[in-house]
Amino acid sequence: MNMAIRVYLLLFIVLSYSYTAFSLYEDQVGLMDWHQQYIGKVKHAVFHTHKAARKRVVVSTEENVISSLDLRHGDIFWRHVLAPTDVIDQIDIALGKYVITLSSGGSILRAWNLPDGQMVWESTLLGPNASKPLLLVPANFKVDRENVMFIYGNGFIHAISSIDGEFIWKKELASEGINIQQLIYTDGSDTISAVGFVGTHRFGAYILDVKSGELLKYKSMEFTDGFSGDLSLVTDDTAVAIDSIGTSLVTIQFHDGLISFHQTLLSHLIQDFRRAAVISPSNIPGAFILETDNSVTLIKVISRGELKVVEELGHATAVSDALFLPGGQQAFALVQHRDGKILLTVKLDSDDGTSNLLEETIHLDNQRGKVQKVFINTYVRVDRSNGFRVLIVMEDDSLFLLQQGEIVWSREDGLASIVDVKPVVLPVEKDGVSVAKVENNLFEWLKGHLLKLKGTLMIATTPDDVAAIQKMRLLSSGKSKMTRDRNGFRKLLIVLTRAGKLFALHTGDGRIVWSRLLRTLRKSETCQSPRGISLHQWQDPHHHALDQNPSVLIVGRCGDSLDSAGLLSIVDAYTGEERNHMEPVHSIVHIIPLSFTDSLEQRLHLLLDANRRAHLYPRTAEALDIFQRESGNIYWYSAETEEGTLRGHSVHKNCVLEEADNFCFDSRDLWSIVFPSESEKIAATATRSLNEVVHTQAKVTEDQEVMYKYVSKNLLFLATVAPKDVGPIGSVTPDESYLIAYLIDTVTGRILHRVTHHGSVGPVHAVIKLHSFVFSENWVVYHYFNLRAHRYEMSVIEIYDQARAENKDVLKLVLGTHNLTSPITAFSRPEVSTKSQSYFFAHSLKTMAVTLTAKGITSKQVLLGTIGDQVLALDKRFLDPRRTVNPTQAEKEEGIIPLTDSLSIIPQSYVTHTLKVEGLRGIVTVPAKLESTTLVFVYGTDLFFTRLAPSRTYDSLTEDFSYALLLITIGALVIAIFITWVWSEKKELQEKWR
Amino acid sequence: MAAQYLTVFLSLILLLLPSAFGISNRNSEGYSINGKVRFPGFSSTGFGLPAKVSNIKIILNGGEKVTFVRPDGYFSLYPDDFNLPAQGLISEVFGMHKCSILFSPFSLRNFIHNVPAGTHLIEVAAIGYFFSPVRVDVSARHPGKVQAALTENRRSLSELVLEPMVEEQYFEIREPFNVLSLLKSPMGLMIGFMVIVMFLMPKLVDPEELKRAQEEMGAQGGVPSLANFLSGAQRTN
Repeated sequence: MNMAIRVYLLLFIVLSYSYTAFSLYEDQVGLMDWHQQYIGKVKHAVFHTHKAARKRVVVSTEENVISSLDLRHGDIFWRHVLAPTDVIDQIDIALGKYVITLSSGGSILRAWNLPDGQMVWESTLLGPNASKPLLLVPANFKVDRENVMFIYGNGFIHAISSIDGEFIWKKELASEGINIQQLIYTDGSDTISAVGFVGTHRFGAYILDVKSGELLKYKSMEFTDGFSGDLSLVTDDTAVAIDSIGTSLVTIQFHDGLISFHQTLLSHLIQDFRRAAVISPSNIPGAFILETDNSVTLIKVISRGELKVVEELGHATAVSDALFLPGGQQAFALVQHRDGKILLTVKLDSDDGTSNLLEETIHLDNQRGKVQKVFINTYVRVDRSNGFRVLIVMEDDSLFLLQQGEIVWSREDGLASIVDVKPVVLPVEKDGVSVAKVENNLFEWLKGHLLKLKGTLMIATTPDDVAAIQKMRLLSSGKSKMTRDRNGFRKLLIVLTRAGKLFALHTGDGRIVWSRLLRTLRKSETCQSPRGISLHQWQDPHHHALDQNPSVLIVGRCGDSLDSAGLLSIVDAYTGEERNHMEPVHSIVHIIPLSFTDSLEQRLHLLLDANRRAHLYPRTAEALDIFQRESGNIYWYSAETEEGTLRGHSVHKNCVLEEADNFCFDSRDLWSIVFPSESEKIAATATRSLNEVVHTQAKVTEDQEVMYKYVSKNLLFLATVAPKDVGPIGSVTPDESYLIAYLIDTVTGRILHRVTHHGSVGPVHAVIKLHSFVFSENWVVYHYFNLRAHRYEMSVIEIYDQARAENKDVLKLVLGTHNLTSPITAFSRPEVSTKSQSYFFAHSLKTMAVTLTAKGITSKQVLLGTIGDQVLALDKRFLDPRRTVNPTQAEKEEGIIPLTDSLSIIPQSYVTHTLKVEGLRGIVTVPAKLESTTLVFVYGTDLFFTRLAPSRTYDSLTEDFSYALLLITIGALVIAIFITWVWSEKKELQEKWR
Repeated sequence: MAAQYLTVFLSLILLLLPSAFGISNRNSEGYSINGKVRFPGFSSTGFGLPAKVSNIKIILNGGEKVTFVRPDGYFSLYPDDFNLPAQGLISEVFGMHKCSILFSPFSLRNFIHNVPAGTHLIEVAAIGYFFSPVRVDVSARHPGKVQAALTENRRSLSELVLEPMVEEQYFEIREPFNVLSLLKSPMGLMIGFMVIVMFLMPKLVDPEELKRAQEEMGAQGGVPSLANFLSGAQRTN
């Protein structure tokens, strides 16, 4: 018997020794994964539609993306994602072939090749003081036959060659304390001017020689009323600004070093002017646009600084920059909202007023919000007249190209800024709807199977065949249906974006099922800067209330600080309708989903505010009843990074407020741990995911011993680092840096384990790595930089329950003297033992996650989001503290891998294979119904979804299982049976005749 | 051959320069790390990049700074300018650019220029290749002492030329069709086993012995042959 087990185990090892638990063939790409590329909310757009080249628009976005888009279809030609700190300030096109980006507050200037996006050159413009970054690319200005552009950044004006980024000259302008607002260069002139404010009451203008950078003139003049806001340039020698009290407009004229001011009261220009006027940044030569809270006005500057109102443009309008038409005229676009539609007007601006060139109404769906930005471009129609195309950016960050009253293309770029994700199951399939689709006819069926066979036998070589096979596989899998499947692969992913829009994505193909711009998260009178924080499963009916659709709770905040008012909204997950919303409520610091649900299967949530009060939701009597029954068992913790304290809390009694509120509770401090501020600083905290299922608590080791995992919902992983480590690199030597990892019980505040890593810079180093740890079952894995070894390290801690260790005696189990069924209290002092191990790891990490499966039987993989925006699946067996250099035969049989000092990276285990999830921010794992499989959703600027089987799909046939071969085999067997039958009959006959 | 001499010469310069330069310009720091990404075997001169890796990122200190490579493979990084001296530095950086034009494109670019003391990590993110991270140590005690080494194999670098360690293959390679693999599949094994039973088993048994056995069986009341079995089953239907 023993021998048989050994043999079986050996066989198992042989099978499992192929480490590549996840691997894909090249032709399987797209079968169970999808990848979507986005760019984010567009900030600047420059059209490039000259000549016969492909028409494109170059955009820069709030996600720090610089991209070239196809103007015909909206596809991405190329795209680069810059570092989060390297914010793009300005973009332009130089020489007709280079895209110029100015970033990092005017410190970095890069040129990208327009056709393919290759970086051509890069220059760094350093300087002592930060200033407004300005980029000016004159159309054709040359110094020594080199095209030159002007950049103002960090207090210096630079003339830089467009062709190679070399400096031609530079000049410091900040020495007088001037805040340069505009650079002015008129084509063909010998001088360049830089104008700005000195302090708040003085206007200054520099005039420099354009070829050498020599300072020709500096003039400044005091304006007694002062300025506020930015300086807006109207013509080459006229600018406007608003005075410091905001009641009048100041026209500033500077010609040949002569400065003159002209003041116009705003109430003279606008009839019912009240307050808060802003000059719009739109650049329309000769005129400017003034926005007040109830009107948008186009104002022209006529001779000697006099102002004249040209037109009232109505309410809620976005205006583009002016565009020069071939005839020397200029046009600009204007977008207004009118009863659910948007009205696009292109206005021709000439000396004698404005006239409408074009007026179109376009119908957009009502979940887009208001128009935020407009960019205009012109083309020559067949009849030689000017046609216009307009790029608009909406409130939900989506991008539209409009032409001839129609939407040419649209992009859902809000999906580039996902804040949170929650999976939701799809509805059950109704009776009468058949799952399987009957093939059209026999011929089609045969053809399909022939193709499949070809694919299996690797003789499908023509691309057409391969494409047909891929398509057929997609169709046959039926993965994009809107109903629940047996394996639980089809789900809805509810995602919340930064713009406050909710999307439901189908896991099958990533399409948008519904989307909704949440009313609660839109700017309103009561809430000036709302933003979404997180999503929570509010209602998930599977036992009772089955007629109800599942719903999600959206939590938001009216501002950036923790004590700003909270916003709550409940949205139906199948239709996207807002069922209920509460706004502005108490502040929301932390959200605790409780493990209780009411009769409608609404989950009870405890929302903690800044005053340490706990608010119970849903606000029903039933929920209150359940909560009061269970309130003795509810504990939570709060970690205050600033003070370096960790506190445990529980529910105390109802709050004492002016208005009686039964759903508000005061909290009581149970315990606190204070970390000495001079030696430790909290870097990270992590708890287990609430919905994680642990299959078994016991773990059988190689020597037939049982170890019990210490599985507790109240376990907290906390890491602290030396306070100096928080500073920049180089400020700390290996001797003074350390990382301390704690395992703390959150009910009693007891420290169960503490380990110090000397010479290590914690996961805190740089904000990016704050998520580089993962807590699952009874183990925690974290990633940090080891300064002494100069390498990244990953450590694993496993915690085991010693109190149950004596239960391995079978006799005790039989006699019932074991303590397995005895109640466990979190207050008892647990006897635990820990094991830990550390390994080197090559890459920096952005985030970490662990695979989750339905029953927790399947072995786990740790998913690592690397700095290169890829996702690597690392088997938990590599992070096993029981690994030794020379494992014994018994240990080998158990699957323990020999210890190596570093974790090897197997390229085949990159979940994202040849793709990059640019700007990777988070990994979400969702268990499928099929035990072996877990669904993985990776988000950043791009989205990526796939399914993983950490121990291969042991419970189902793989997608590429050849049913045809099975049929052939069965057929062959049946034929063989008949042949043998015939033979046998013949033989019998012969026997009988003999 | 000339290229070889040049590299030797350059590495000599590079070994000497950091110390020399660092000490002489202690107050006028222009922080910069310049280097080059090279793909061996792509072109004999080492210039240019393979088309499929046009999107290579150079990452400093786990995301603190990110830059891209130029068509010739060169890149420059400027670590965070904390405690930046007010003046001087600009002219230094400015001058450096000019210098590099005056001398040769190689001379001053390939080294780490007065980076703040500490350990810096440079990573190269390129799809399809594995680059070892490079750690750059700038000594605080001995100003100007700079070291660079690959973290994976601890090989120290005399110049900051980064080459991929391995070319990464993200997909399993499908084995070309062969009869053996078909036979090895469960169905193939089934058929194979059947064939063995059908054709080989009768041959293994001695015909004389079989006849004797059959006769013995016949004496006991007939052979329960497959034919009888099947026809019997048909009759009951």
